[in-house]
Amino acid sequence: MIEEFRGKINGMLLDEFEKEANAMKLTKAQREKALKLLEKRYKEYKINPGEAIGVITAESFGEPGTQMTLNIFHFAGVSELNVTLGLPRLIEIFDARKEVSTPIMEVYLKKPYNTDIKAVKKVAAMIKETKLRELAHEFLINIIKKQIEVVLNKGNMRNLGITEKFLFDALAVKLKKVKIRKASNGNVVLKPDLEEVSLKDVYKLKEKAKETFIKGIEGISQVLPIKQGNEFVILTTGSNLKDTLKLEQVDETRTISNSLFEIASILGIEAAREAIVYEAKKVITEQGLDVDTRHILFISDLMTATGRVKGVTRSGITGEKESVLARATFETPLKHITGAALAGEEDLLNSVVENVLLNQPVPLGTGLPGLVASMKKNE
Amino acid sequence: MSDIYLNEKFIGTVKDPIGFVNNVKTERRNGKIPKELNIYYDDKSDEVYIDTSKGRARRPLIIVENGVSKLTSEIKQGLEEGKITWGDLIERNIVEYLDAAEEENSYVALNEEELTKEHTHLEIIPSAILGITTALVPYANYSQTPRLNRGSKTQKQAIGIYTSNYLVRMDTDVNILHYPQTPLVRSYMHDISDYDKHPAGQNIVIALMSYEGYNMQDSIIINKASIERGLARSTFFRPYSSEELRYSGGLIDEIGVPDKDVKGYKSEHSYRNLEEDGIVSPEMRVEEEDVVIGKTSPPRFLGELEEFSIAANIRRESSSVVKHGERGVVDMITLSENEEGNKLVQVRIRDQRIPEVGDKFASRHGQKGVIGAIVPETDLPFTASGVIPDIIFSPHSIPSRMTISHLIEILAGKVGSLSGRYINGTAFESESEEDLRKELLSLGFRDDGTEKMYNGITGEEFKVTIFVGNIYYLKLRHMVANKLHARASGRIQLLTRQPIEGRSKGGGLRLGEMEKDCFVAHGASLLLKERFDSDKTILHICESCGMLAVVDSHKNKRFCPKCGNNVDISAVELSYAFKLLLDELKAMCVYPSLKLKSKYD
Repeated sequence: MIEEFRGKINGMLLDEFEKEANAMKLTKAQREKALKLLEKRYKEYKINPGEAIGVITAESFGEPGTQMTLNIFHFAGVSELNVTLGLPRLIEIFDARKEVSTPIMEVYLKKPYNTDIKAVKKVAAMIKETKLRELAHEFLINIIKKQIEVVLNKGNMRNLGITEKFLFDALAVKLKKVKIRKASNGNVVLKPDLEEVSLKDVYKLKEKAKETFIKGIEGISQVLPIKQGNEFVILTTGSNLKDTLKLEQVDETRTISNSLFEIASILGIEAAREAIVYEAKKVITEQGLDVDTRHILFISDLMTATGRVKGVTRSGITGEKESVLARATFETPLKHITGAALAGEEDLLNSVVENVLLNQPVPLGTGLPGLVASMKKNE
Repeated sequence: MSDIYLNEKFIGTVKDPIGFVNNVKTERRNGKIPKELNIYYDDKSDEVYIDTSKGRARRPLIIVENGVSKLTSEIKQGLEEGKITWGDLIERNIVEYLDAAEEENSYVALNEEELTKEHTHLEIIPSAILGITTALVPYANYSQTPRLNRGSKTQKQAIGIYTSNYLVRMDTDVNILHYPQTPLVRSYMHDISDYDKHPAGQNIVIALMSYEGYNMQDSIIINKASIERGLARSTFFRPYSSEELRYSGGLIDEIGVPDKDVKGYKSEHSYRNLEEDGIVSPEMRVEEEDVVIGKTSPPRFLGELEEFSIAANIRRESSSVVKHGERGVVDMITLSENEEGNKLVQVRIRDQRIPEVGDKFASRHGQKGVIGAIVPETDLPFTASGVIPDIIFSPHSIPSRMTISHLIEILAGKVGSLSGRYINGTAFESESEEDLRKELLSLGFRDDGTEKMYNGITGEEFKVTIFVGNIYYLKLRHMVANKLHARASGRIQLLTRQPIEGRSKGGGLRLGEMEKDCFVAHGASLLLKERFDSDKTILHICESCGMLAVVDSHKNKRFCPKCGNNVDISAVELSYAFKLLLDELKAMCVYPSLKLKSKYD
């Protein structure tokens, strides 16, 4: 019987209905009644032709945006971890900024690792990046020999499980054109491998050596295991999905980052679309506001429709409008007008803004339908 | 080693900064160092700041030593008897002045009871932590801080008597309340600031209830009879001034009735109130655009006119005119000279402002609202004893804002008016609510301040008791008479042909970008077009080149300056602003060609 309604109602809705109906063990008569009601409601809730959904979506975000508190940072449950939330974050999402102001990952773990706090802490230590600075007491510059002597902090090395051999191997990989050797007093000696070494080179090397990455996942400056329900989740400051997902303990089906571009490049555009919805919703619910999901879905669809994440900016989806006048009205009018003049562009006046500009009826609502009457020809 | 800065200048270092600061303070109290000096140690940056400069805000605090206030009961008694003065208190190191920096290093107690060994100072009175206007709010410690901020802000906007010699002054934007009263519920600040000499409100009877839906969203119902008795009546004064300026070439402005041949002569009607000297007579009624001071000025570009014009002596009209939308009675005229010795005429117009729907009122607790309806006394609810409220206030304004002080003031005001005394409502030191309730009960009223009331229209008894009391209400200086504005048609801008902006010029109200979005979201396409066609024009377009064509209606000729006569020229209706855009594009060498298409093809 469901097949009769195919084509009239969205297929996904029908599948869902079938599942629910089976679960509730509805009789045939009940099903028919329910399906008829569903069809009626479906028609009612379908958007009419000429409805200005773009403007309605924009207003649906814009109006609650005025009510948002402007405090930029909010502590995500724990005091050490700051997250940009509220209006600044919403702007960040919809502008599709490449650099997120506070990159964060939520790392979920696979079954045996996610309940034992010790195992979780071990994974957390694996994720956190360690730099040479954290393993050293001090960095000394030997002016006469023109080299750097790193006094190692054995205690820290032991805590982080780094052996001397591991350290030397890591340094050899990361520091190119540098002679590395161990001094008799246990210090690590670094010397630029150049024919003529100036003091400036040594100083530069010192600064570089401090930030040399030794262990962990690059970019993760902080880790914080927290309990969520009956499992532990690791929150991180800094984001590096690519390397994190490679770890065998990490549940790659649930681990997420708040960086849209990272998600798009690693998990694909569909994941980025979901991420926009998730992140936007998070901001809105956190502020105690209520925006219909369909508005968020609409924006995220638009932002990802080309296969790449594009922001609602003049370089993103707004800049891709067909009409010259519409683009010029938004931002940088000179750029668009001169561009259009050079290319000899034509504006077909198909959209809203250009028609407002010309004082013509906008092709929406009452301005959309045309009336066609067939007249009797005079003989 | 800590650095020491004297008036922001580095002067040296010290090993023990805290000991040093304490030494300086002791020596200051001993009188070896001036009392105007303040010292502050910043432990974060490890620096000592000494300040003796002028312009710092300093405030007095009672010195506390070992947890004991130096203001002992003997000294208090001496103060009360008048044997000890404020100067003595400072001289004897009982009170000292701290600046904002030194305050950071001190630990100040609000009340004497909470003093501990760590305290260094004690507030003289607890409400000294508030500013002047905030301290005027009664029972301030019962409300949230944001409400107090708003409460003090509205008090600054209240109409009162700002000075008693206002009649001989020529101030701009003056409002004077007709029957100002001193508040029944007072704080110490009312005495300190001589509030009784310049009060800014009236004690009124208030009832907390709804009334026919006319007091929704903070609006208030006001009793028509109260208005007729003079409640919240005020006078607005506006001065107009004009001077006889001197120009180069010995020319001078002339105050007098302008001749009819003057450039820019208004109608004879406008000058009807002027006397022979060109100034209106006192107590004359004037309307908007009427001339109050007639004046003519010499022509602007003298040289050119003399060469080319026969009428070389045409003067310009430059009279002072009553502002658009205003009216009144001529109150006072002064004739004087300014610093340069030019003749100066000032005319003051007065206008009585009777409360009307839309005027703004507020209590002292940040509860502001406009009049929603003026109701005849006969239709208003009354109590068993026949009291009819002056104002009906919506109870919905209370829960979300939590202005408890507002409610307590009503209760206290009721007690005050019934017992004939002033109630002390100073923050932190006020008469307790419990005592007020007891007193109210002893006066023969319900202790919660509510009363049985009767519907003024039907005479029926209300099912619930209504909270009625007295409160000090302020009329704020935002009155509709100064704000009401609408226009159908009128002056337009020369450049864009769109309506000009501003109420004083009779301009239009802009339907802005966001309002436009609203029309679009509703799909009201044709309504939107109609709203935006204030600058619509008919343009004639050459269909072959797409540029503007020339239509000469006198000769009945149509042609395109580029393509000639034998082209199709069509008229289209567009906004003038768009035509302007096209012109600007052409000016920057962009060729905007319009391609026309018939609507019906």
